[in-house]
Amino acid sequence: MKNTLLASKRLALSESGFVFDPVSGQSFSVNESGLVFLRLAQHEDDLDKLTTQLVEQFDASSVEIKRDVQDFINRLQGFLK
Amino acid sequence: MKNITTKNPWVAPVIVRHASSGMNKFGGVRDAQFRDEIAGVSIAELVEKYGSPLFVLSEEHLRQSVRRINRAFTTRYAKVRQAWSYKTNYINAVSAILHQEGCDAEVVSEFEYDKARRLGVPASRIFFNGPYKSRGALTKAVSEGARIHVDHLDELALLEEVAAELGILNFPITIRLNFDTGFAENWGRFGFNLENGQAMEAARRIAASPNLKLTGLHNHIGTFITDPRAYTAQVGIMINFMNNVEAATDCTITTLDIGGGFASRNAMQGVYLPPEQITPTAEQYAEAICGALAIGLKDREQHGKPLPELVLETGRAVVDEAEWLISSVVANKRLPTGQRAMVLDAGVNILFTAFWYNHEVRPARPVEGIPEDTVLYGPLCMNIDVVRQSVSLPPLKTGDLLSFWPVGAYNNTQWMQFIQLRPAVVMVRQNGQVDVVRRAETLDDVEEPERLPADLQPDFS
Repeated sequence: MKNTLLASKRLALSESGFVFDPVSGQSFSVNESGLVFLRLAQHEDDLDKLTTQLVEQFDASSVEIKRDVQDFINRLQGFLK
Repeated sequence: MKNITTKNPWVAPVIVRHASSGMNKFGGVRDAQFRDEIAGVSIAELVEKYGSPLFVLSEEHLRQSVRRINRAFTTRYAKVRQAWSYKTNYINAVSAILHQEGCDAEVVSEFEYDKARRLGVPASRIFFNGPYKSRGALTKAVSEGARIHVDHLDELALLEEVAAELGILNFPITIRLNFDTGFAENWGRFGFNLENGQAMEAARRIAASPNLKLTGLHNHIGTFITDPRAYTAQVGIMINFMNNVEAATDCTITTLDIGGGFASRNAMQGVYLPPEQITPTAEQYAEAICGALAIGLKDREQHGKPLPELVLETGRAVVDEAEWLISSVVANKRLPTGQRAMVLDAGVNILFTAFWYNHEVRPARPVEGIPEDTVLYGPLCMNIDVVRQSVSLPPLKTGDLLSFWPVGAYNNTQWMQFIQLRPAVVMVRQNGQVDVVRRAETLDDVEEPERLPADLQPDFS
């Protein structure tokens, strides 16, 4: 998980949610919360702190956000191998 | 009072890889919208009141559907009877509406026969079809004057015995035929084969019996027939045989029963084109069938023979699009393959048609977010419990509702109590009222027929 967070720092992010991985050459689309997460991950390696920042920004319980973030990182892990 | 927050609403983060693939020249995107009501009643309110999962019938859709088929045929041929195929959905409220609309009953077992009789259908308006009718069932049906479709020689012999025992002469019967139309695969397991002479032999045997009289011919070419020309061929072959059998045995055929098989707007798995493009309308079926009748029967009355009644054993085309299944998301998962999965509270034990249809699946609320390929699993602890192998859905939370459509045909009859209890079926009436037409099953319902020997009662004290 930590490795995935570190790997995500290499992604190039655009305002519109277009994401480019310069290592694999693949491109992706993310939704608004996905983009916020990836932006935060550019500067934050600690998943708990990252989740706390999301809880401050979004209207949902930390349980729900942690669960969705976990799923997102799992998905990301498959793409950034 | 609602909490006021300045925070943004949370939608689960989604990332989708861009993939290049073949162009979809048809450009259609199914399942992209949402459905929050059925026949004007809120899905969320239905589930709140009656629970999830929940089958929801629409009386308006059902009546409009049967009326459209009736209109399509009665405006093209003088003598038409629709016989409601009980096995498609024999919930009493469904059958009752269709009988109110003028349908007869087509039943394929003693159980269905009794069900129709209990609902008040006169025996003379029941077409008793199917490959197995016990002596008791035949005795009852003959003595009550039902219309019997004979499937094989053993049944013919039994029927003759029954009629003789009851002292009945010239009991009118129909024989089931099978033959090759050149379109659908011949369902050779039902009835007497036409090409090898079995059917003519059966007719001769009936002609030789003082107790029986051949008055009808029946054939069912198959199921989900999407080419109306198959029916044109079927009717032509049946009329040809009618002429031959009348000439050979001096009988008079008064009924041509062409069975069922009309498709609904459901998406068959493995079929590339969407149902909107491949499912013929009632009018197209009617044109193909009645056109063939007009050609084949044009000289019949001049030869002193009556125009036969056309009997349609309609099922799927009548009821499929009049029912929805509402199910709740109980979990989101990520499979090892990376594919998103959802666990729903409705499985294949109640949505049997998920084995061969890709139903239309819609969330019950507008959902933001990037749609992602998703597999939908039911709640059964069985690997086969997949209600949809692949559907593009936006992110959904636990508790979100999904509607499956069309589900009116075969689910409420082929469903089974397996692992889970079967849910309620409600009907939205034409006046907007909602009636429970089949309550949810209980543990007592399942255990009532069981008998536990006293010495087998476990003792955990």
